[in-house]
Amino acid sequence: MQRSQSWSVVVPLSDTDLEASASPDELRDGIVAALTSDLGDGVVDSHVVSGDDVWVRVTAESWVAAGQALHRRGFTYFCFLSAIDWMPSPYGRGEDDPSADDDGDDTVDEMRPGYTGGDTRFQLLARVVDPQRHVGVTLKADVPEAADGSLAMPTWVPVYAGANWHERETAEMFGIAFIGHPDPRKMYLPGDFEGHPLRKDFPLLARMVKPWPGIVDVEPMPEKDEAAEGGAADDNATGETDGGATS
Amino acid sequence: MWAEPSAGYMHRGYEKLTEVRTFPQVTSLINRIDWLGSFANEVPFILAAEKLMDIEAPPRAQHIRTILFELSRIANVGLFLGDLGVQMGAVTPVFMAFRDREYVLNLIEGATGGRFHPNFDRIGGLKDDLPKGWIDETKQVMKKLRRFCDEIDDLLFGNEIFQSRMRGVGVIPSDIALQYGLSGANLRASGVEWDLRRDQSLPMAWDKVDWKVWTHPDGDSWARCWVRLQEVRESTKIVDQLLDTIPAGPVMAKVPRIIKVPEGEAWVSTENPLGEMGYYVVSKGDLGPFRVKIRSASFNNMSIAPWVLKGVYVPDIITILASLYFILGDIDR
Repeated sequence: MQRSQSWSVVVPLSDTDLEASASPDELRDGIVAALTSDLGDGVVDSHVVSGDDVWVRVTAESWVAAGQALHRRGFTYFCFLSAIDWMPSPYGRGEDDPSADDDGDDTVDEMRPGYTGGDTRFQLLARVVDPQRHVGVTLKADVPEAADGSLAMPTWVPVYAGANWHERETAEMFGIAFIGHPDPRKMYLPGDFEGHPLRKDFPLLARMVKPWPGIVDVEPMPEKDEAAEGGAADDNATGETDGGATS
Repeated sequence: MWAEPSAGYMHRGYEKLTEVRTFPQVTSLINRIDWLGSFANEVPFILAAEKLMDIEAPPRAQHIRTILFELSRIANVGLFLGDLGVQMGAVTPVFMAFRDREYVLNLIEGATGGRFHPNFDRIGGLKDDLPKGWIDETKQVMKKLRRFCDEIDDLLFGNEIFQSRMRGVGVIPSDIALQYGLSGANLRASGVEWDLRRDQSLPMAWDKVDWKVWTHPDGDSWARCWVRLQEVRESTKIVDQLLDTIPAGPVMAKVPRIIKVPEGEAWVSTENPLGEMGYYVVSKGDLGPFRVKIRSASFNNMSIAPWVLKGVYVPDIITILASLYFILGDIDR
């Protein structure tokens, strides 16, 4: 059994985290190298957190080939398949005070992709695991948008049979069609449901009609209680504490 | 024979709802995914948030987390063992299961205040320390649960009818099980020796005690139930050992009162009562997550149903579905 050191030795809120990035992770670097040799230019980018996890972004064209290559290399366990909509929600976070919505800058509204970058609004996300070596890979792929705004990706079902339900869920939640899927019905939603609920521009109507009292939830405790609690959480309270409570 | 499960009647949209919650608020939602083992649902999400924040719970909190995690498993799978009899017309075991699960729920309530939805796990530790006398009482209950397992073993697993309805029925070979992403006891019953409690590095206490990963080579309904029975027994042993070695110290790390999770992505999964339960958490440095993908065990475990139910006899559907063991909230989320 392999024990990683990167995550298990960290003391609470330490700011000396240099050893995590210093030690190379041969196992996970090897996975990236193997995948690159299989797919060539199909691998766009990769991100290895030593001793913890690895992300690989492939092109949409090599999405199926990447699954096949990983399956061939022992990643036989299918964990999940889903998608991410990287567009920031136009409706804010629900608990924000609707009357104070102009905070002066629009920096929040730009689209920032996560690990391994990305050029499109939607990204597919899948994780497969090698049950012998106990190591998993998270695959990502940009989902290209057609001229009419439709999204389509090839299906993984012939490679991993378990992708069937996951792709049905992803299709209805994000509006990504899976070409070649054997059973492209909706998974959860009624057949005549319109819209794709996990897209960021799909409003959560319950929040639209009645703002969540979340700002009240994060109000600081009364002074008396803070003193009595004895420093479990108080000492480290930073400047943003007050800012968060009142914004 | 051909069958197709139809999901969605319990879909609550937790993945969407997490986008309008702060990190500490999410645990009260995800409690309700697998409602028989609620505490175990909270742990992987909290671990993912802690991973992004680069903090770790103090050793005492890790220890108590593991104990409560295993108690969730005992409450959950213990009820499964009793329910198994009902599926085949044997009514007695389920009464025994409800009787003995009550002891475990009392313990969970004693420690957390909630019987089904503890909402006890916090980023950086636990809400509270254990109450006085809890450790001794837990030891007594573990003895009761081991006796319950022996009773079920005699009453059900030693029963001729039970055996003939279970053996050789609903066989899932290991390569098919892996392809569909079966996890937990379902996968181990197909001969794959893989347990996320042992085979990954988590800030939990499983590596500090001596226990065994049970597998079965047959992959049939019998094997899946048998592995679960052994796992409940093993869990009681894990809890016993952990109770003797709880380290002293605080149960909460120093975390800011308003929790902002730094930008990043993290995947953490744990070996929950139903199988692999994981959260893919994407944070943008806000009070709440940007996206949470919830990977629940029953979703994958049930996706094999069309495959395994093809061509079986109608009465076998009952035992196969019972042995796959799913919880509706864990399929639909």
